[in-house]
Amino acid sequence: MAAAESYPDDVVYHPEHDWARVDGDEATLGITWFAQDALGELVHYEPPTVGSTVAKDGTYGEVESVKAVSDVVAPLSGEVLEVNQKAVDEPEVVNEDPYGEGWLIRIRMSDTSELDALMSADAYRAHIAEQ
Amino acid sequence: METTLQRTPLFERHVGAGARMVPFAGFEMPVQYSGVIDEHRAVRADCGVFDVSHMGEIHVDGPTAQEFLQALLSNDIERLADGEAQYTLLTNERGGIIDDLIAYRITLGSFLLVVNASNRAAAYGWLKEREARGTEVRDASDEYGLLAVQGPRSLERLELPEAPAFTHAMAVLDGVEVMVCRTGYTGEAGVEICCPEEDVQALWDAVVARGATPCGLGARDTLRLEVCYPLHGSDIGPDTDAISAGLGWACALDTDFTGADVLRRVKADGPERRLVPFVMEERAVPRQGMPIEGGGEVTSGTHSPMLDVGIGMGYVPTASSTPDTELVIDVRGKSRRARVVKKPIYRKET
Repeated sequence: MAAAESYPDDVVYHPEHDWARVDGDEATLGITWFAQDALGELVHYEPPTVGSTVAKDGTYGEVESVKAVSDVVAPLSGEVLEVNQKAVDEPEVVNEDPYGEGWLIRIRMSDTSELDALMSADAYRAHIAEQ
Repeated sequence: METTLQRTPLFERHVGAGARMVPFAGFEMPVQYSGVIDEHRAVRADCGVFDVSHMGEIHVDGPTAQEFLQALLSNDIERLADGEAQYTLLTNERGGIIDDLIAYRITLGSFLLVVNASNRAAAYGWLKEREARGTEVRDASDEYGLLAVQGPRSLERLELPEAPAFTHAMAVLDGVEVMVCRTGYTGEAGVEICCPEEDVQALWDAVVARGATPCGLGARDTLRLEVCYPLHGSDIGPDTDAISAGLGWACALDTDFTGADVLRRVKADGPERRLVPFVMEERAVPRQGMPIEGGGEVTSGTHSPMLDVGIGMGYVPTASSTPDTELVIDVRGKSRRARVVKKPIYRKET
């Protein structure tokens, strides 16, 4: 069951439809409601390996629906601390709960100043309205 | 260059039902309503309806119509009686496939060909160019609406009697005069229903009111791939021959149709490569164009909603084409294992 459209205020957004929830020097990353809706029901998530590094604006994984595959773009740089195994085993969880149980990776940020470039929920809503 | 997309008479119905519309073969068509997987399961378990009004309908009429088609189509059209139909191929001189289609015999002097939307112009042009005395070829695609109603409960929901596959008959369904064809592209029981273009909205509403789930092109593709029906433009085309594609059963090689000599030779020598179905052994979704190690290529790939694994079809060297052979597919730079299987990939448990 796909979630209803939402853009919560407790995360920050990247224009490529990714979000980050910051906790100290760590951040949890995922894709937005808009991204999962555009893809449709996810059937595969190809995650990065724990210990690898991701770079802001670079791709760190792939999410795939029946019809399409999409790169996942990192909103922040850092080291991968954890991969959400539930999203690997049951990718539909990303459709059902994109900001909760459907998170993709957890990282240790290498440059917290990168946060300045990310958008608030309101700014992201305005961004997708232009698409 | 800006091209205008055509719309079927059901465009407003699709948009009103929340469909996501995409360009396909020059038409704006629904790719999904609620979701590909839900729609797919509705067809496997109950009944779904697809708007396939974008497909082409070509009338071939006249006292020499049968001879004309026998010389151009791969299957033996002389085997058809009135009210029967067959899957057949329109072939070129190289034995390649211009289109795969269903030929319906209305009477001996009147045939209806239902062709792929993307090949309507090519198929019509090929036939029209070869039209001879005693045969008239007419593109009637804009005169008809066509719905596919597919799934184990289709006949029950439409209150239609059982009938053999590949037959057709006129009927009246909820006040609409229709041609009911016992054909489909899903591997399920069901019908394809043809009606005058101006009646297709009423027909759609009636079928949906009878409980059929609206289904889009996304589910149409996953359904056909699970049962290994080839898609023209992906698995077969003007440069692929029917024997290599496993469609020899639709070629009457004892008749003289265009390219038959080439196909007889391919059959005698054995094809160098064959189109095979496969199932992924590792988590990955194969896609069209991905290389298969050892000189092959994926021509269709998706995630099977029924089996919950990646599935596909592709051409491989004949030596690698027997069931249980392991294949290695290059999934965007990563090697992923797959296994050749027998057709169909998905078979209903009975």
